[in-house]
Amino acid sequence: MAKDTLNKANFFSDMKKFMPLLKNLVSKDFKIKYRRSVLGVAWSVLNPLFTMLVITTVFGKLLKIEVENFATYYIVGFAIWNFFSEATSNSLGSILSAAPLIKKVYIPKYIFPIEKCLFSLVNFFFTLIAVVIVMLFQGVVPSVTAILFPIPVIYCFIFVCGVSLFLSAATVYFRDIQHLYGVLLTMLMYLTPIIYPLELLNDHSFVLRIVKINPITHYVEYFRNLVMYNTIPSLEENLICIGMSLLALLVGGFVFKKAEGKFILHI
Amino acid sequence: MVNENAVELRNVEMHFNMSKEKLESLKEYFLKLVKRQLYFEDFVAVDNVSFDIKKGDVFGIVGLNGCGKSTTLKIISGILEPTKGTVKTYGTIAPLIELGAGFDMDLTARENIYLNGSVLGYSKKFMDEKFDEIVEFSEMREFLDVPMKNYSSGMVARIGFAIATVTTPDILIVDEILAVGDFLFQQKCEERINAMINDDTTVIIVSHSIEQIERLCKHCVWLEKGKIKMIGDAKEVCDAYKNSQR
Repeated sequence: MAKDTLNKANFFSDMKKFMPLLKNLVSKDFKIKYRRSVLGVAWSVLNPLFTMLVITTVFGKLLKIEVENFATYYIVGFAIWNFFSEATSNSLGSILSAAPLIKKVYIPKYIFPIEKCLFSLVNFFFTLIAVVIVMLFQGVVPSVTAILFPIPVIYCFIFVCGVSLFLSAATVYFRDIQHLYGVLLTMLMYLTPIIYPLELLNDHSFVLRIVKINPITHYVEYFRNLVMYNTIPSLEENLICIGMSLLALLVGGFVFKKAEGKFILHI
Repeated sequence: MVNENAVELRNVEMHFNMSKEKLESLKEYFLKLVKRQLYFEDFVAVDNVSFDIKKGDVFGIVGLNGCGKSTTLKIISGILEPTKGTVKTYGTIAPLIELGAGFDMDLTARENIYLNGSVLGYSKKFMDEKFDEIVEFSEMREFLDVPMKNYSSGMVARIGFAIATVTTPDILIVDEILAVGDFLFQQKCEERINAMINDDTTVIIVSHSIEQIERLCKHCVWLEKGKIKMIGDAKEVCDAYKNSQR
């Protein structure tokens, strides 16, 4: 049983061996996040609810954005958006903060960004509880198609993993990304129809085009169509989503693979 | 095929870019790129080192600070990729490089034992079975549910050592770790390492304590400025090393 250190990653045997690590890291993050807070896990549900209250007050009541069941409209989109933004911004520094480990033990390095994505996925399911609460409160009956909701979540998860792999590798070399990414996220959020309907942009064809290129728009709309509007997105839409997810994963994976060998010299 | 060697190093070289200032921002990078100031000073930490370690051997590495001992260990354990040359290892490796590297100080010892076990690639089931043995060896039972930030460094090291040596790996890498812990625990550690040696484990030890190397090792290499100065029988190498220091 020879292990050639130069070509060390036997991807699948590594993956099997380090599955428990992945699981433990996720549960560690979870424990640390809520340790010593009185309400604990309940915050995962309360946080999106409070955000929803603020947004619906500002945009629904004051700025009068006209969407039927605005609170539901918002929180459904927010769930997907929050998954994306939390996962990517957490994995951004994941390699850097794992430096003490990476320097001392051989661990496949993709574990760290992927772990952050999984952690955010767990959080996403708590946000779903908040979504259900808001729907009940507003009296919105979920569509039958809502049972298909795992499909956009899986698309989005693959996309998020790709972006996270890319970001975590790039951040090792250029720390500026840590500071830049917050601004980028804010921009991207406004380019995603979360607090406004797409129709609002009908007079601004240029912005509309950008919003439609934005991959997260597709995942948000897909999810919303299933949950709120009893619509199953077309085959074309599915192919677009799959295409974007796989592209992100391929590019992210490729960049990560190229960069990981030299991580240790930079962290 | 019977292979006699546990570790084979062939013409291994490790270079580091010693940039005078670390470039960590895009702006700096592009500015320097445009000005063509992206010079790095090449630093050779390990220079053309080749040696074999036989199966079941106890192999010591000695040398002054900065001679490439730890770098060599890191190359063997697969943490660093050598710039040139090849490394082959046969069998499972349990690195003891700095105990407790994977601990999260906010977690309790109990949680950390499982976390650290999975860092070393052990399964949950395996850790369940070995949990008591680890606790027993570290003698830390009464502190199991205390967050590890409240531990002393010796206590952390005890848990770390107990986890790392819970299996009998094919290759065990020991880097200066026996310096921590009180003398009773040091004895205990040494006993365990001796037990492993008798169990046909290949052990690689780095230490500044020449007595320890002489006592434990069969063969030894002496590194100086990244090159092999002498290799062979532990006693002879240690004598030569000691004499050179006077």
